[in-house]
Amino acid sequence: MKIVMAIIKPFKLEEVRDALTAIGVHGLTVTEVKGYGRQKGHTEIYRGAEYAVSFLPKIKIEVAVASDQVDKTIDAITSAAKTGQIGDGKIFVINLDHAVRIRTGEADAAAL
Amino acid sequence: MTFKRPYSAGLAALAVGLFAATAAYAEPTVNKGDNAWMLTSTVLVLLMTIPGLALFYGGLVRSKNMLSVLMQVFYTVCIVTLLWALYGYSLAFTGGSDFIGGFSKAFLKIAPEGKTILDAQAATFSADVNITELIYICFQMTFAAITPALIVGAFAERMKFAAVALFVPLWVTLIYLPIAHMVWYWPGPDAISAALKTFEAATDKAAAQAAFDAAKTAFGDDAGFIFKKGAIDFAGGTVVHINAGIAGLVGALLIGKRVGYGKELMAPHSLTMTMIGASLLWVGWFGFNAGSNLEASGGAALAMTNSFVATAAAAMAWMFAEWIVKGHPSVLGALSGAVAGLVAVTPAAGYAGPMGAIVLGLVVGVVCLFFCTVVKNALGYDDSLDVFGVHCIGGIVGALGTGILVNPALGGTGVMDYTIGKIADYDFVAQMTSQFWGVCTTLVWSGIGSAILFKVVDVIVGLRVNVETEREGLDVTEHTERAYNM
Repeated sequence: MKIVMAIIKPFKLEEVRDALTAIGVHGLTVTEVKGYGRQKGHTEIYRGAEYAVSFLPKIKIEVAVASDQVDKTIDAITSAAKTGQIGDGKIFVINLDHAVRIRTGEADAAAL
Repeated sequence: MTFKRPYSAGLAALAVGLFAATAAYAEPTVNKGDNAWMLTSTVLVLLMTIPGLALFYGGLVRSKNMLSVLMQVFYTVCIVTLLWALYGYSLAFTGGSDFIGGFSKAFLKIAPEGKTILDAQAATFSADVNITELIYICFQMTFAAITPALIVGAFAERMKFAAVALFVPLWVTLIYLPIAHMVWYWPGPDAISAALKTFEAATDKAAAQAAFDAAKTAFGDDAGFIFKKGAIDFAGGTVVHINAGIAGLVGALLIGKRVGYGKELMAPHSLTMTMIGASLLWVGWFGFNAGSNLEASGGAALAMTNSFVATAAAAMAWMFAEWIVKGHPSVLGALSGAVAGLVAVTPAAGYAGPMGAIVLGLVVGVVCLFFCTVVKNALGYDDSLDVFGVHCIGGIVGALGTGILVNPALGGTGVMDYTIGKIADYDFVAQMTSQFWGVCTTLVWSGIGSAILFKVVDVIVGLRVNVETEREGLDVTEHTERAYNM
């Protein structure tokens, strides 16, 4: 099992969710985060005071999938979240040792 | 605010004594329409401060300091309300010297001989037209409350609450009350108008001349220092805005810059709140400016019209200037321009014509933008919310602009001369000299006086929180609360 973690542009969240649902992924955790990569920041001006804002708002999604689903999941996120502009985000894949569904006690693949 | 002063039994007696032979001195009665308008205006001015100014300022600070700003504004309203009733009104609006009144109406002891406080009357700009004095007291109370509340924007996000708690009553007592007295205290038009009528009706002018001269002298002597200089300030450009603005600059300089100023992000935490606050300021300002006419008459309508058009013009001027120079029209720019326009039209509201008010707004929108950006950045002081750049500079533009725009040739109303019973001839040099007297006296009195008061408060309780407290934010450290729990 793997955790697929993706940092995406906030306005792409709904499209990514739809894409994941379409390939049978039925659980998703979303967090509002801030960060920077190659997009760096932008400038905000308040009454002439210019601020370089280096941390941009992004959405972090985390989805737990079976190992053989990872490529499909990555493809779904990539195609849905891509604009072609700098700042589209990144995807990280992390090993997942164990999973439990709290309500039933089911474990691992049955818990996903 | 206005050049009106409470009807006084002493003056009435004087008038009766002087003119009993020819004309009976009828005691004026209050007009319920005027009273209704002034009751309304009074609560509109309170609306400007809470929640208007509080939200306008609160939205501009970081979220960790939101409650500290709301609290400082709310505290100011409450404490000033109390001291206004105890002694403030009396010191500002009774005779005494050119610089400060006396204690004759302390604790609101205003009941006329043999009557109750409900019967006490205050003069308006028109002879023999009075309003209920308690309404006048409450109306002026709201002006005294908003002025020190304006100052807190200059040292926002770093001043100890104990320092604010001590500074505000000291400042109102030693700076605001004298300036209000100097600018606005006068004997009212009733006695001098009655004297003029008597003189005009007299068949033997030579014999009547002495009595009329005595009345004119009494009229001229019994007024505040700046009023006597001939400075006109319809609703408080000097008393409120220049006064608070220069005190704010002095405070910002003495307390020093915020930790991280110029290096860290200090963006407003909610321009939504600032938009709500600025809009409530505009709405409430109709009480401030049109209410300062004291009568529900054409003068109030003129002040209302000017407060519409000057404000809109200044908002547009700031927005378009910023758009041209910086490439983007900003919400905060438009809102700041609107406030600058309201500030500038305050002294001019009842004197300028509507087209003059539009020009005034266009000018002040650009001038204040220049001061809040170029000048502030060049000098490097940290006036957190631009109290100096908007209120002091806007107030000066307004005070001087009023001296120009009052000219009937430019659509202004001219200045009433009660000793001749008509509008006086306009004299540019004389009027501008008077306006400079008002501006400079206020700058010097408030600038030096505020510096002394800040130093006194610093010695007693300390002005500034420590660095860790400032980093943590004043809400949790000073008030043990957070504005937003989610």
